Amino acid sequence: MGNGTRLGRVRGLGSSKHGSQHWLQQRLTALGNILLVTWFVVSMFRLDLGDHAAVHRWASNPTVALALILLVISVFWHFRLGLQVMIEDYVHGEATKLLSLVILNFYAIGGAAYGIFAIVRIALAPAAGLAPGGM
Amino acid sequence: MAGNEPSARPLSPHLQVYKWAPSMAVSIFHRITGDGLAIVGGLMFLGWLGAIAAGPEAYAAFIACVWHDPSPEITIFHQITNVLGKVVLVGLTWAFFQHLFSGLRHFVLDAGAGYELKTNKLWSVLVFAGALFATAAVWLYVLKEALNG
Repeated sequence: MGNGTRLGRVRGLGSSKHGSQHWLQQRLTALGNILLVTWFVVSMFRLDLGDHAAVHRWASNPTVALALILLVISVFWHFRLGLQVMIEDYVHGEATKLLSLVILNFYAIGGAAYGIFAIVRIALAPAAGLAPGGM
Repeated sequence: MAGNEPSARPLSPHLQVYKWAPSMAVSIFHRITGDGLAIVGGLMFLGWLGAIAAGPEAYAAFIACVWHDPSPEITIFHQITNVLGKVVLVGLTWAFFQHLFSGLRHFVLDAGAGYELKTNKLWSVLVFAGALFATAAVWLYVLKEALNG
């Protein structure tokens, strides 16, 4: 690409498009993570993690399930943004950069979908009369 | 390819003449811990959630792999993963606190505060110290609970 004029660069390229939005979303999800992940870590140390029934009962509580879903969204969006910046900074080949970004998006979106589906299944299986299973 | 030619423009900061400082260390550790939490922490979290949803047997298998296998004859694979799992969990705890405290530092910097050389250095060092202290405190508590049954 040519250097162009400064005005042309502002109009067409670089952070003049969505840079501030990316930056702001990183901070907003960071704030969400502080609340949700701190709650999660404290919960992990209060739970008897070896006892499946106790963990399942905890996770199927509606408030806990909702907080877990919010946690997945906040954390996975936060690291999608953060790892995107890291790939852009350290992966220099155009093809490997594109491939890395595709893999990152598949992992972040696919992982979040898997996590949310698991939480919904945990929370709704007793109400639907289903035995656990099928993940 | 366009954009990859070596530029005649000067590089900043000059890569050969910088002096390593705590603020630089805390910055790169913010990226490393973020990376580790996203990939290792993310996969362990998803494996754990999936195991809860899949039922008691799957959950017991998950715990036997990453924490403690209660069977009398433990396979070599589980002997390794039981140790590795604890190392990874201690590492994730440290990465969480390091990233959390470093992230809080970034909120202060975003507000335009804390750039004075001494202040910046002090808070960078405190991020490292705080993360190590919090990790040690948490795992001493876990150890104490484990010993007391």
